[in-house]
Amino acid sequence: MAQKLQVHVKLNGREQSAEIEPRLLLVHLIRDVLGLTGTHVGCDTSNCGACTVLLDGRPIKSCTCFAVQADGHEILTIEGMMRDGQLHPLQQGFHEEHGLQCGFCTPGMILSAYALLQHNPSPSEEEIRWGISGNLCRCTGYQNIVCAIQNAAGKMRQKEAAA
Amino acid sequence: MIVKTSPEIGGLGHSVKRKEDLRLIQGKGNFVDDVRLPGMVYGHVVRSPFAHARLKGIDIANALKTPGVMAVITGEDLAKAGLAWMPTLFHDKQMVLATGKVLFQAQEVAFVVAEDRYSAADGAEAVEVDYEELPVLVDPHRSLDPDAPILREDREEKSNHIFHWEVGGREETEREFQQAPVKARVDAVFQRCHPAPLETCGCVADFNPATGKLTVWLTSQAPHAHRTLFAIVGGIPENNIRVISPDIGGGFGNKVPIYPGYVCAVVASLKLGRPVKWIETRSENLQSTGFARDYHMTAEIAADRDGKVKALRVKTLADHGAFNAAAQPSKFPAGLFSVCTGSYDFEKAFCEVDGVYTNKAPGGIAYRCSFRVTEAAYLIERAMDVLAHELKADPAELRLKNFIPADKFPYQSPLGWSYDSGNYAGAMHRALEMAGYRELRQEQAARRAHGELMGIGISSFTEIVGAGPAHTFDIAGIKMFDSCEIRVHPTGKAIARFGTKSQGQGHETAFGQIVAQELGIPVADITVEEGDTDTAPYGLGTYASRSTPTAGAAGAMAARKIRDKAKKIAAYLLEASEEDLEWEPGKFSVKGVPGKAKTIQEIAFAAYTNIPPGLEAGLEAVHYYDPPNLTFPFGTYICVVDIDKGTGEVKVRRFVAVDDCGNIINPMIVEGQIHGGLTEGLAIAFMQLISYDENGNVQGGNFMDYLVPTAVETPHWETDKTCTPSPHHPFGAKGVGESPNVGSPAAFVNAVVDALAHLGVTHIDMPVTPWKVWRILKEKGVVN
Repeated sequence: MAQKLQVHVKLNGREQSAEIEPRLLLVHLIRDVLGLTGTHVGCDTSNCGACTVLLDGRPIKSCTCFAVQADGHEILTIEGMMRDGQLHPLQQGFHEEHGLQCGFCTPGMILSAYALLQHNPSPSEEEIRWGISGNLCRCTGYQNIVCAIQNAAGKMRQKEAAA
Repeated sequence: MIVKTSPEIGGLGHSVKRKEDLRLIQGKGNFVDDVRLPGMVYGHVVRSPFAHARLKGIDIANALKTPGVMAVITGEDLAKAGLAWMPTLFHDKQMVLATGKVLFQAQEVAFVVAEDRYSAADGAEAVEVDYEELPVLVDPHRSLDPDAPILREDREEKSNHIFHWEVGGREETEREFQQAPVKARVDAVFQRCHPAPLETCGCVADFNPATGKLTVWLTSQAPHAHRTLFAIVGGIPENNIRVISPDIGGGFGNKVPIYPGYVCAVVASLKLGRPVKWIETRSENLQSTGFARDYHMTAEIAADRDGKVKALRVKTLADHGAFNAAAQPSKFPAGLFSVCTGSYDFEKAFCEVDGVYTNKAPGGIAYRCSFRVTEAAYLIERAMDVLAHELKADPAELRLKNFIPADKFPYQSPLGWSYDSGNYAGAMHRALEMAGYRELRQEQAARRAHGELMGIGISSFTEIVGAGPAHTFDIAGIKMFDSCEIRVHPTGKAIARFGTKSQGQGHETAFGQIVAQELGIPVADITVEEGDTDTAPYGLGTYASRSTPTAGAAGAMAARKIRDKAKKIAAYLLEASEEDLEWEPGKFSVKGVPGKAKTIQEIAFAAYTNIPPGLEAGLEAVHYYDPPNLTFPFGTYICVVDIDKGTGEVKVRRFVAVDDCGNIINPMIVEGQIHGGLTEGLAIAFMQLISYDENGNVQGGNFMDYLVPTAVETPHWETDKTCTPSPHHPFGAKGVGESPNVGSPAAFVNAVVDALAHLGVTHIDMPVTPWKVWRILKEKGVVN
């Protein structure tokens, strides 16, 4: 058994620490050690994006990142998307536009979309399709996911304008 | 006619937003890998690197010394308990863990149990297996050669032949072919592919030694059938087994069979008295669990000079891999493939299929398909295009000339099916209009004159779903009815439980709408539950687009039983006779007496508080629905493609889909199903392939090699519908989940072939990759 290491992360705004094996993947830290199971694993080759989380605001595939690499960093997962008990506009958008079926890809998809909208608040359909091209969905055919992200972008722009 | 309920009630035809979304968008779903139990340990499967090899020995000593490892189970251990082999869902058996020899790459050889995932994988690495390689059989066309190695030493019959199945009139069809002035033939391979739901297969098996109860959280599309099979095979009393299918991350047929990993996890939990979790990796999923298709088909059409079809002849070789693990009704070795006459009025037909073994992963499952219907629809729609090419006819006009006329339903097909209803020309005309077909053909001619490659592909498919009537349909002996139990609570809210199991189809919403329609209880007040065998009524599960035709029908019938009882209670409360009452969704009124009415909520309260004399208390019903026939959804799809001559890349410019699935429960969900199914059709037509090299090494064994489409390759779908209700379904529905996946591959391929037709191309096998197209362009001298 390898020597254990201490990691500290800020997960969804909360400081957390754990003693882990150096080979532990970030997704397993999040799911198995820290108990947030909204981040999923859909492949073992970094293709599917079900495990997407934001590391210091940037989307990464947490199945291809060691937990120790996240030491000292901020992580946002699907469980951190709600604000003041309200669904995030992206969560609302996926619900309103039927942007999910089985829901397995949805958390990763929402986080990739969130990162996209952070730097491009008014993406075209093509920009959205490229923005989520690291996330596979086997159920929806993507069309309603595009609509969901457009729906959310509109709400977020309105909010921004009102603020 | 379906009475349209208010949006508040949200019955049939309302695009009610999905209830299941709320937990899933918050990361609060409960998938199998999310289940964590106290004391839970993990299993990892040791797999064969060879496709065919004798197992000379397994040394587990080092594995057992690996930190964290608690147990290693081998085939020999299972053999002592009589569990080294298990029955497949189709008259065959399959090794749980290999004994004697291995028959495909990635076959299960041992199962290592450890304190955590990582230690289990370490332990698996430390298992030493001594193999002696044997000659490998990959090509199904070689399976029956005299010098082919015999793969299955366990069988009495020393042959790689599994079955021969035929239907229709061989001689009479032959006669038509002898007389026919026009014949068309296509040899088409429907390639081996894999459903690859985004969640892989897995389970948590929890045997409680104190109570003797086994609970299994399982990625199962058919939890009740799986419970029964666990009881029969494992010898555990069925009342002591509880199978729970929690949230399922897509199934598409992949989660119908029982896999060796599940059995190993159960055995390990029985042995250790602790919960055992086993979750596949993606590579394991693609390499070892139920593949689909692998049908090597020939279709021939005999026609007259005007293009009127006379006879169809189909011959197929089916590659089932190492074990026939098809998951389909027991009387149908080739599933419902005999719907291959499709939408066309053939007088004569003959269809034969031979199944063979090869050194490949076992299966033959129904991938978003009602048992080989996708293969059938692809074949006939390809063959019709080849006939059009032969006759120099327009493929739309040829189809219109040969459709089964709308006034000929119910229609008896020459291969024995009774089609319930259809209006094929109606869907075709709508699609042609949406696409602007005439203008597209003009554009194509103009572009062709400039050397550009544009193609238009049509597919006018007919499906056969909703298996099925008990007199003909069973899986492993269990009849293919389905069920619903409804309980209306005193305050007028209700819970409805079904024998099916949603994997993303939205049953929690759509099935609530069925009950809302029938009882007038708002859909918001109805909880729908599935997947827990301790609470839900017995049913055969969700696949083959059967949920709405069977369980959905059961929901309507159970609700009608409740309404019958509610009427008696209403008559008592209103002091009227039952004959004087009339129903509108949500209340019974006394005819001709305005305002004298009782709502379903008032009636429900009375069922528990003010029970009419002589009537049982409560307001509940169960219904087991045995469908009188299958249902036959249909549609016309039109695909427009442009081909890049430099790269061979096919760009899908437009895709028009007109579907007819009868009466619709939730239009939003139906449209979503169509988008998803079309995308899987696109994937099959252009990308998805599980192939093997000559040594039996799987070439599509992970998401680097097995291509599935992203949002970028996926086009914008244009959808519409016509509505031809099923005459025998309680509310006229037919089922829709699979239509787009069944109907679309031919539309894509027909479009590509159409773009190249002037070069003499009549067929290209799927997946239609840029490389294949580019090679054709080079062969034909289009590019240097």
